[in-house]
Amino acid sequence: MYDLADLKDKVAVIGVGNTKYGNFPEIDDYGLAAHAFRNAVEDCGIDKNKVDGLLVSRIPYYARMGEVLGLNPRWTITLPGHGRMSGMGIIEAATAIAAGHCDYAALLYANIGRSRRVNYGGDESPGTWDPWGFTSPGAAHAMAFRRHMELYGTTTRQLAEVSVAIRHHASLNPDAVMRTPFTIDDHEAARFITAPLRLLDYCLINDGAVCLILTSKERAKDFKKPPVLISGFGAQETYSPSSVANFDMDCWYPAISAAGEQAYRMAGVSRGDVDALMCYDNFSPTVLFTLEGLGFCGKGESGPWVENGALKIGGKLPVNTDGGHLSNSYMQGWALNVEAVRQLRGECGARQVPNCEVVQYAQSTPCTRSIIYTRG
Amino acid sequence: MSYNKPLPKLDTDNRPFWAATKQGKFMLQFCRDCGDTRFPPGPVCPKCLSSNQDWKEASGKGTLESWVDFHRAYWDGFKGELPYRVCMVRLEEGPVVVSNLTSKTDNLRMGQPVQVVYEAVTDEVTLPKFALVE
Repeated sequence: MYDLADLKDKVAVIGVGNTKYGNFPEIDDYGLAAHAFRNAVEDCGIDKNKVDGLLVSRIPYYARMGEVLGLNPRWTITLPGHGRMSGMGIIEAATAIAAGHCDYAALLYANIGRSRRVNYGGDESPGTWDPWGFTSPGAAHAMAFRRHMELYGTTTRQLAEVSVAIRHHASLNPDAVMRTPFTIDDHEAARFITAPLRLLDYCLINDGAVCLILTSKERAKDFKKPPVLISGFGAQETYSPSSVANFDMDCWYPAISAAGEQAYRMAGVSRGDVDALMCYDNFSPTVLFTLEGLGFCGKGESGPWVENGALKIGGKLPVNTDGGHLSNSYMQGWALNVEAVRQLRGECGARQVPNCEVVQYAQSTPCTRSIIYTRG
Repeated sequence: MSYNKPLPKLDTDNRPFWAATKQGKFMLQFCRDCGDTRFPPGPVCPKCLSSNQDWKEASGKGTLESWVDFHRAYWDGFKGELPYRVCMVRLEEGPVVVSNLTSKTDNLRMGQPVQVVYEAVTDEVTLPKFALVE
């Protein structure tokens, strides 16, 4: 048996690709994923037939995906379409490569929720509390944020800083779905969906697909672009209360603290070394919760900490430089990991973080994960 | 007009709970071996895995942990009531439940005491809801 921490810097991301993001009723999951895969293959220059590991998330049938791409791998894993699966999947693939299950893993995610009118609530996702009308992940986050307001005095104007900063980043990203900047006052004037959360606290729903190709650090030298290393990761689930889906009474503080500490220790970096944070932003409050759990600020102190544009490039900590789920694309964490790679390669143009050497990904969810990427 | 909001899906675990609300009682499943008390009910005790589970009547008293106001209806049956209020309550016995807060005031605070009230929505189903204790 080996220590997970021995996997520090052993696995690299060599290729990334994505589709355009938007509303594509004429194309299905497999078609979107195939475009993303082709772009990732071109990105690194791999012979696609070398890909011998396949991980799919939110794609109906792994074998059809393999057939579409002409792949017969020796390792396959399929994950449901929950957002938390991105961090989980990348860590699973890294350990599979380290264990020798496969040499080159392609990780594919596709989402056709926009064109198929997915609502993320009601009869689509039956739950214990439907008779009282309590449904949807957004409402669960509203419930958590209300507690944060009550416990710590956090205001919705402070919460607005999250959406405003992330939209600012989207305005610098030509590929983002929503690019028009808005102000804190605009946020406060937006309609409520589930109060205290408003429209601009909710992520987008759009179609698209993402692909990452991973291999060992040694093999990574053979490809077009400098590899980006997976230097550390950490994990902690919170399965109680699962009947109140997407909710934690303590805003996932214990889980994200644990996952963050594991990742920092494994990578041998401190939070002060982090040049940019890619933070799962299905709803704006999760960014506040994550900043606290990771220790960028004290518990309950994220409201004042994010004021005055702290999360913008050039601020205290650039967060979601591609525009995140709130404004770039709802790729359920996968696109944020792609953005981490692009930042470390220096490919981000107007939204490039200067001298970017360490990027952290974090998802505060019932399956909390954090991954630390560094330049190879 | 017939009731057009979602109704609870009765199963082996929760049938005794819904039978009791019709009688105006809020029942909690508990473990006869270790005393763990919970909501919603489950097939075994999550603390000690015992199958020796039973029911006890709760006081119906609790405190407000959080609340939200829905401005969007995910079911047509709620359209006429927007915005409607959902609360999270910690029962005196420990478990946390989600329900509706019948009180309309905007002057709410975490930790306020609440008390269960019952609303018979169909011949078969009585929903427990909560009201502020004045």
